[in-house]
Amino acid sequence: MKNAVIGNNKQKANLIVLGAVPRLLYLLQQSSSSLELRTECAVVLGSLAMGTENNIKSLVDCHIIPALLQGLLCSDLIFIEACLRCLRTVFISPVTPVQLLYTDPTVIPHLMSLLSRSRHTKEYITQIFAHCCKTPEHQTVLFNHSAIQNIAPLLISPSDKVRMQALKCFSVLAYENTQVSMTLVNVLVDGEQLSQVFVRMMQRDKPIEMQLTAAKCLTYMCRAGAIRTDDNCIILKTLPCLVRMCSKERLLEERVEGAETLAYLMEPDVELQRIASFTDHLVSMLADYFKYPSSVSAITDIKRLDHDLKHAHELRQAAFKLYASLGSNDEDIRKKITETENMMDRIVSGLSESSIKVRLAAVRCLHSLSRSVQQLRTSFHDHAVWKPLMKLLQNAPDEVLVMASSTLCNLLLEFSPSKEPILDSGVIELLCSLTQSDSPALRVNGIWALMNMAFQADQKVKVEIVRALGTEQLFRLLSDPDTNVLMKTLGLLRNLLSTRPHIDQIMSSHGKQIMQAVTLILEGEHSIEVKEQTLCILANIADGNTAKELIMTNDDMLQKIKYYMGHSNVKLQLAATFCISNLIWNEEDGSQERQDKLKDMGFVDILHKLTQASDPNLCDRAKTAMQQYLA
Amino acid sequence: MSGPSSGCGFLMSVVVHGDLALNEQEKDLNQRLRRLYPAVNEEETPLPRSWSPKDKFSYIGLSQNNLRVHYKGHGKTPKDAASVRATHPIPAACGVYYFEVKIISKGRDGYVKYMGIGLSAQGVNMNRLPGWDKHSYGYHGDDGHSFCSSGTGQPYGPTFTTGDVIGCCVNLINNTCFYTKNGHSLGIAFTDLPPNLYPTVGLQTPGEVVDANFGQHPFVFDIEDYMREWRTKIQAQIDRFPIGEREGEWQAMIQKMVASYLVHHSYCATAEVFAKSTDQAVHEELASIKNRQKIQKLVLSGRMGEAIETTQQLYPSLLELNPDLLFMLKVRQFIEMVNGTDSEVRCLGGRSPKSQDSYPGSPRLFNSPVHKANVITDHLHFLLSPGFDSNYCNGVSSSKGHTLAHSHKSCPRTMPSPELGVLNGSRGQQTNVGAEVEMEVDHFSNGVFLCSKRQLCGGSQAAIERMIQFGRELQSMSEHLRRERGKNSANKKMLKDAFSLLAYSDPWISPVGYQLDSIRREPVCSTLNSAILETHNLPKQPPLALAVGQAAQCLSLMARTGSGSCAFASVDDYLH
Repeated sequence: MKNAVIGNNKQKANLIVLGAVPRLLYLLQQSSSSLELRTECAVVLGSLAMGTENNIKSLVDCHIIPALLQGLLCSDLIFIEACLRCLRTVFISPVTPVQLLYTDPTVIPHLMSLLSRSRHTKEYITQIFAHCCKTPEHQTVLFNHSAIQNIAPLLISPSDKVRMQALKCFSVLAYENTQVSMTLVNVLVDGEQLSQVFVRMMQRDKPIEMQLTAAKCLTYMCRAGAIRTDDNCIILKTLPCLVRMCSKERLLEERVEGAETLAYLMEPDVELQRIASFTDHLVSMLADYFKYPSSVSAITDIKRLDHDLKHAHELRQAAFKLYASLGSNDEDIRKKITETENMMDRIVSGLSESSIKVRLAAVRCLHSLSRSVQQLRTSFHDHAVWKPLMKLLQNAPDEVLVMASSTLCNLLLEFSPSKEPILDSGVIELLCSLTQSDSPALRVNGIWALMNMAFQADQKVKVEIVRALGTEQLFRLLSDPDTNVLMKTLGLLRNLLSTRPHIDQIMSSHGKQIMQAVTLILEGEHSIEVKEQTLCILANIADGNTAKELIMTNDDMLQKIKYYMGHSNVKLQLAATFCISNLIWNEEDGSQERQDKLKDMGFVDILHKLTQASDPNLCDRAKTAMQQYLA
Repeated sequence: MSGPSSGCGFLMSVVVHGDLALNEQEKDLNQRLRRLYPAVNEEETPLPRSWSPKDKFSYIGLSQNNLRVHYKGHGKTPKDAASVRATHPIPAACGVYYFEVKIISKGRDGYVKYMGIGLSAQGVNMNRLPGWDKHSYGYHGDDGHSFCSSGTGQPYGPTFTTGDVIGCCVNLINNTCFYTKNGHSLGIAFTDLPPNLYPTVGLQTPGEVVDANFGQHPFVFDIEDYMREWRTKIQAQIDRFPIGEREGEWQAMIQKMVASYLVHHSYCATAEVFAKSTDQAVHEELASIKNRQKIQKLVLSGRMGEAIETTQQLYPSLLELNPDLLFMLKVRQFIEMVNGTDSEVRCLGGRSPKSQDSYPGSPRLFNSPVHKANVITDHLHFLLSPGFDSNYCNGVSSSKGHTLAHSHKSCPRTMPSPELGVLNGSRGQQTNVGAEVEMEVDHFSNGVFLCSKRQLCGGSQAAIERMIQFGRELQSMSEHLRRERGKNSANKKMLKDAFSLLAYSDPWISPVGYQLDSIRREPVCSTLNSAILETHNLPKQPPLALAVGQAAQCLSLMARTGSGSCAFASVDDYLH
């Protein structure tokens, strides 16, 4: 059988159909069978596993995994190696559920104990770990069974394969795992720090896969906080190594991984972003990621075209991710990116690509660039990026929506020339619907965008916002469990209630509900920022002509204002004083009555006291208010 | 340096402290340059080590051993620009060349800080910044642009200013150049560079000061890592080089080469087995091979008298027809007499032949003819024969404090100072190898076979007398030869060197002591072997040695014609 199936997928499939697997497994498990027979069985099964994915499925369905794991308990090394080889082949297939490695809790410790038995056990077991560590739980299980201590010595194994698989183990163990990363920095291999071992593995004469994987390990350790971003092993070694991985000389897969890892490495650090931006022409090198499949490949050979097509999406999304990361903080870098050949066009077409991954990455990139005032004013407008962005917002999964709506927030800033056309495109309804989402991030972005939109807007727009949102939804948002949502909703209210005619107009139609909401928040348990924002709204209301009567006739509200004027927090005192100052302003109708009423309520005494306040702003504000009485 | 130890104090006293530090730096520089550019033959193409005081515009001032450059012009217009070139162009055999410039001061305020770092060919106008003219290339600090033989720059990298370290790397394999800033590569700046460019720096602002590092200090950028990548690339290219279209042709050729090599050096048994298993015919009779083997063994064990006798028996006319060869053999015999190894003195002396007889290490026997292929440079030879060099070191370097300490360590005899004086005096004639001395210090311990009880001719008076007598015979043979065949300077020197051995109380540690090393038997053995083979109409060199020699020659030709890849294709790497 063994000789019949080697290298022949058809024969393998035939044997499986004929029911060879259960029979082989039976023989393998029989302790009465000779060791040679059991070993041969494992070898044949291993050979069957080398075939198609369907073969693997059939083997897994026949419960090959528990049988082989059971086989590892045998004392014979040759048999163990045959079982491990087969297990390895099964586990590295994408169709095998990795969970099967963890169902029996005794398996991992047993594998750890077998690890050092031979060169082959080292290679197969580390390869299994490297492929089956996919979740934080897996990382914890392996970590708790001393994976680090057991695998670290293998990094200096004389076998290339063992070194490579051990290195891969560390990259999957350290990924987004602080515990593992913190442990790794203190590990010594043959008296040398692990980070230095990784640095050596990044030397340019090492295999590319090794360089890339070592760079990943250091990246993950750095992101987990175990290595500082200004450490030489990051700045002078890991970062340049990852930039090299993005070069045209590398395979497409390597370029994708290199770019993604680099994006992840420098995401939180502006200094790394600056260095990367001028290293080896990275910004223009990335432009090449968009040239697949190239016109040449289509002509020369079909195989390459197929290969290019398969990787084209991956390349584009990786490039967008890296651009997003590069441009997330520094204005000069953003400028450099937007000036790259056809950059804005590429983003625009990326936003409407069929691949979700590309769309998401493109919108992330756009979001990063949208933090630039200059770009918002120029390239964003020139390329009408708002159009595909709006289209993207119509129908997209949440993760895309979050990014897209966040970008939209920036496009709706007052100075953005895209604001007008976006308004005309019926964005308000869309944003209002976002505020009803289950995702807090989407609710924040929706209300945030509305807030930006309402800033110094026409009355028409404001009325439209209030109408589309509906007071009911507005008040629901004011009691949102997410503070961000609440803050932005208050911000929206404040922007709506600016300039006197607008204040009076809105308060005449929604005055009652707004006053209720304000009361509710001032009475509730909220942060200083929330209360300050609310008092500012009240101050805006007090600035209206007719609207101020809503406060003057509400003694309860006046008592609250009085209370906040005597609050221990200066910001709240200031906002409350501002409110009173608006109420007693001289040049307006009925100011005398209001002054009298407030005087009777004891506000003058408070104002007088505040003129002695240590905070100069508060002191000034109180003095200005007092002058209204003197005039 | 191991510092002044007793016995060499008078040597150190003349060295002032500053020079000492300078020597240290120079030593560092030499070491670093040799490590970075092992393929460069500095006798042919010296490496840049400093800026040239002769090849600069007058507005440039140099200081700190011509490594620091400052601007002393007006700096008002581009007409005030000034550049300086390094002392030598970049040799192609570097493969990858690198230097760094640190900006010490960006110059006085109120000026645009024009400053360019780059490369230029000889003869390019120095009243300009690098990059502005034909065959001139520069990266400018004020705008971060690169200038490729043009007055207008291209956006290239970031700007640079005080405190920054800018590196310039020339790749002589693909003729490109990239810069680095504070250890970060900025990517390719220029392509299609012409050969023989000089490191160049140009300034145009009063107060500007920059320092160059041509290898005096460790570089900020990891250039060795970049070189590793190119070494790997070149070696992969060699490994994957397509060979012979017809199957088996290549293999057959290699087998033939190996077989002929074995036969040439008379490895009878091995040759026989190899020929049998690879199905080849041997072109020389076994008996003949065995004869040669016998003679070679005698020569290599220092038994020259017997070797000559045997040769005369087996190849009666050979030495008669080759009086120069005979003379060489006899001179060697004389040396072996001094050594106490030759059969004629050994039977007289009371000395155990054990330590002398055993030829050190048969692997060398295998290698030696390869090394002796006359096209291989002496440099290579030195590296491969530490035994030889160690003696040499002892002899010539005693005038240098640091190596003297070594010789004290390894040689238990204390050296009386008068003898030192003699050694110093004799140093002059050895200057041609002075450069190798320092390098070989590390190998020192490997090759030492000095022993405290070594005595002239094995210590026997009779043997000494026989040696003296033999010397006289040799002298008259030399005179006879000169009369018959005219002057022969090689012969004359050979004899003089051999006789010089007697001028020292301990010839082994004398400046001419190298002759006593057993490795010196190899060229003699090889010459004799070749002569015998030639009389049989067989090649005097095995094809394998020829091929190796040709490869080495090819590499030095590549170096001369500007093919940088020769840097990463050392024949040596493939011999081990």
